[in-house]
Amino acid sequence: MKTSLPSIEKVPDCCRGGVVSSILPLVLFGLLCLAWPRVVQGKVFLIQWSWVPSLDLTLAFRLDGLGLLFGLIITMTGFFISLYASSYMAGHQHLGRFFFYLHGFMIAMLGIVFSDNLLLLFVFWEATTILSFLLIGFDHHHKTARENARQALLVTGGGGLFLLLGILLLKIAGESMTISLWAASGDMIRDHALYPAVFICILIGAMTKSAQVPFHFWLPNAMTAPTPISAFLHAATMVKAGIYLLMRFHPLLGGTSLWMGTLVIIGGTTALWGAVQALGPCDLKRILAYTTLMALGILTLFLGGRTVLSLTAAATFLMVHALYKAALFLAVGSIDHQTGTRNLDHLGGLLQSMPLTALAVAAATMSMAGFPLFFGFIGKEIMYEGALAEDMFPVFATIATLVANSLMTAVAAIILITPFLGFGRRKMNPVKEAPWTMRLGPAVMGLLGILFGIVPEWVSEHLIQPAVFSFHPDREDIRLVFFHGMNLPLVLSILTLTLGSVIYRYRTFLRHRMNTAIDRLWITTPGLYQSGLDLFLKSAGAFTNKIQNGSLHFYLFIVVFTLVVAVAWPWLPHIPGILIFPTISGPLIAMGLFAFILASTGVVVFAKTRLCAIGGLGGVGAGVALTFMVFGAPDIALTQLLVETLTLIFMSLVLLRLPPMDAAQKRPRSRTIRDACLSLGAGLLLTTLMMGMLQVPLDRTLTAFFEANSYIAAHGRNIVNVILVDFRSLDTLGEICVVVLAAWAGVTLIRRTKEG
Amino acid sequence: MQSTILKTATHLMVGLMLVFAVYVLLRGHHEPGGGFCAALLAGTAFALFAITEGPDRVRRAIRVRPGTIAATGLALAALAGLPALVMNKPFLTGIWWHPGPFFVGTPLIFDLGVFLAVLGAILSLLLALEEN
Amino acid sequence: MESLLALVVGLMFGSALFLMLSGILVRFVFGFVLMGNAVNLLIFASGRLTHVNPPLIGFDQTIPGAPVANALPQALILTAIVIGFAMTIFLLVLLYRAYDQARTLDADQEPFLVEMPETSDQQVSEKKEQA
Repeated sequence: MKTSLPSIEKVPDCCRGGVVSSILPLVLFGLLCLAWPRVVQGKVFLIQWSWVPSLDLTLAFRLDGLGLLFGLIITMTGFFISLYASSYMAGHQHLGRFFFYLHGFMIAMLGIVFSDNLLLLFVFWEATTILSFLLIGFDHHHKTARENARQALLVTGGGGLFLLLGILLLKIAGESMTISLWAASGDMIRDHALYPAVFICILIGAMTKSAQVPFHFWLPNAMTAPTPISAFLHAATMVKAGIYLLMRFHPLLGGTSLWMGTLVIIGGTTALWGAVQALGPCDLKRILAYTTLMALGILTLFLGGRTVLSLTAAATFLMVHALYKAALFLAVGSIDHQTGTRNLDHLGGLLQSMPLTALAVAAATMSMAGFPLFFGFIGKEIMYEGALAEDMFPVFATIATLVANSLMTAVAAIILITPFLGFGRRKMNPVKEAPWTMRLGPAVMGLLGILFGIVPEWVSEHLIQPAVFSFHPDREDIRLVFFHGMNLPLVLSILTLTLGSVIYRYRTFLRHRMNTAIDRLWITTPGLYQSGLDLFLKSAGAFTNKIQNGSLHFYLFIVVFTLVVAVAWPWLPHIPGILIFPTISGPLIAMGLFAFILASTGVVVFAKTRLCAIGGLGGVGAGVALTFMVFGAPDIALTQLLVETLTLIFMSLVLLRLPPMDAAQKRPRSRTIRDACLSLGAGLLLTTLMMGMLQVPLDRTLTAFFEANSYIAAHGRNIVNVILVDFRSLDTLGEICVVVLAAWAGVTLIRRTKEG
Repeated sequence: MQSTILKTATHLMVGLMLVFAVYVLLRGHHEPGGGFCAALLAGTAFALFAITEGPDRVRRAIRVRPGTIAATGLALAALAGLPALVMNKPFLTGIWWHPGPFFVGTPLIFDLGVFLAVLGAILSLLLALEEN
Repeated sequence: MESLLALVVGLMFGSALFLMLSGILVRFVFGFVLMGNAVNLLIFASGRLTHVNPPLIGFDQTIPGAPVANALPQALILTAIVIGFAMTIFLLVLLYRAYDQARTLDADQEPFLVEMPETSDQQVSEKKEQA
């Protein structure tokens, strides 16, 4: 589906709003750079404010090597992508919304990697889920976009709930919510009976976010988002949140055979599955999405290890991947933007028209394929070393890495050769080069891929090692070097390139075989997801129809009935003890008033006309007001009488315009009797409750305080008024807000009625 | 409504009721009364006025929009809480001055806010309904 | 004394519920007002009805001289009355609007009883797509 809206002619070279908005990530990047040298020396920055202390929730932030690595990646890609989007999305009617979501997402992502408190981390985690939902469904007028957004939300949001569960279980197991306080206690939790449950919950959180098999299917579908979003969320940042989580929890939960075995198997499977599927589609973005799956699988695979070597491999590949994948996504977006298609079958010969983009893609794909001199080569070498050094299933890990890397090489070749050198089946229209804002990102990231490949020692010392050391206790030096000498990893690297070219040669054949094989699968997780969702919606619809039938009587009856039963059940045994037969004592005038109130109530209930009922209501109100008067409450008596008057005025204003009460149909007798029984039951239950309440000794502490301080502290002789405007004035403020809001809503409704 | 008696009586009554409302508002701190009662009383007066003379006359008489009155009331009530903050006490704590034989304090401003907010709410609904 | 009031409150409350259950919206509003009164009385009685002097402080005193009625529930009821009033007016306006739309005030009749479409989400989205 084509997602970029503006036509090519109308797009200005750059959109100022977008360029300005890219300042935010740049500033953040600069701030991180300021902290960088200190972090390399091993300093950990900690900031914290109390938020909800009773929940052990603090606004605690932590900047260490791992957070720094992620933070640099997030802000750097964030900067380039904002810049890119300013041209790519130019002219879109919801540009402001786009940048709001995008930067909101970036902040949330930074929140994840800088949180020191697990609950805080969870809050940011969910924020990324919701923002990614909004971003995937950004073109919400397309049904596919909406459905894919919902899919991503359900999968990652569901995983988020598991993460929360895992965090809470961790707390129950006695672990601190604060990451900085973990340090030495890893053994305690690993031997704890809850360990498997904690591990599984946190793993599911990470797996859904980082699209591991079997939760992988949402990621390729998320490609319906505009390309800058795909590049940012689904290549460089959000999908790495799961990886970050695994890294963060590695010192606490890692190193057990459960951890290692599960991660290696899941990561390996994801890598293989993603790599195999990457050959299938013709859509460039979808291809990239599958290679992302593969990369995420590889990362998980390496996090299954416990040696510094495999963790270094993970951290290195994380960087390698972020650099080339974001560059490739952006370049593919440029191609799409300039030519109007990203279908491989229609593209070709773009080298002449888009030379600079071609160069950037060349650099990125070379890094992806792992040619010597590129950062990807360094990454691949260390990957093989890491795979060979896995504790669990090293052979499987090595084979998975080898196959995945070979396929990645082949895919890299496809991405580079077909659009730029190949000949499209259709004659392409003349194409212009993309504007500078869209070229800068891919170019710089491609260049960094080369630069880092030439000085791996520097990268290792300043980025990789601080990151690895912050989640691995052993300070064992692993230096990335330019050339490792003749060893098994090098042989495997050469094997990868050879295999990759073979696969590239036979790609059409393989694609065909692969697609038919996938079609034959009789059970798939996307299928399960779809049928599950259908079932859920259907049963929810049926259930809703059953209980939400629109009948006021039905709703009220159910509510009151439930209330009566729920209250009466525990209360029934106490009733005999508190029941007092009402005695006629006290002031005679009160007795008269009660009788008057009851009589008026009867008038309201049995009135045939509105006038009669309103008269009865007036009687009740007056009776109540006089009761207040008799028992020493002139304030509320006055208020009550005034309210009665005003209510009467309003009622007459409204009811004059409405049909008479007896216009309604007669209710069946059985229903009236049933209603009467329920109402009477509820009323008598209230009577017993009130009798019970009256037998509890009265606590006059507050009243005594108000009486003692009303004049001395608040200079008022009317205690009720002093309570209202002084002692409890915050409540009164809330109350007048409610009154004004009700009036506002009422006026709006009246206006709407007038217009309609 | 076309009734000379009602009209004549209303002209007298409305003024009296409004004066009485102000009296109830002011005495509220020491005697039964206060912002709520006063607002209801004034609201009743305006309702009477609106029924006999029509809502347009009421609008002209009060000059400002009822919504503005309500908003002013809310703002006053909230502002009455601010001096306490300045003096490093909890929001809405009563602050008193003793300029002469009597006390003046923020709770009085708060009560005035309550009066205006409730009156504004009643007036806006009343006029909207009357005009419809 | 108070137990008698408890009976009165219970009967008022039951009558209010009965009115609200009738399904005739005008009676619903009457029931709502009645219920408000019943609940106010309940709160009032919870402060006990032992003293009949209003909670005022005499001009020559700094605290109430004789025992006075409980001021706390009175303050609660005062706000409750005003909020109940605002809600009643809002309900009346709602009634007005409902009649404007439905042309009836019988909640058991057609426009008030709605059947949800089976797969509402899909239909809504399809409608939007068509638009």
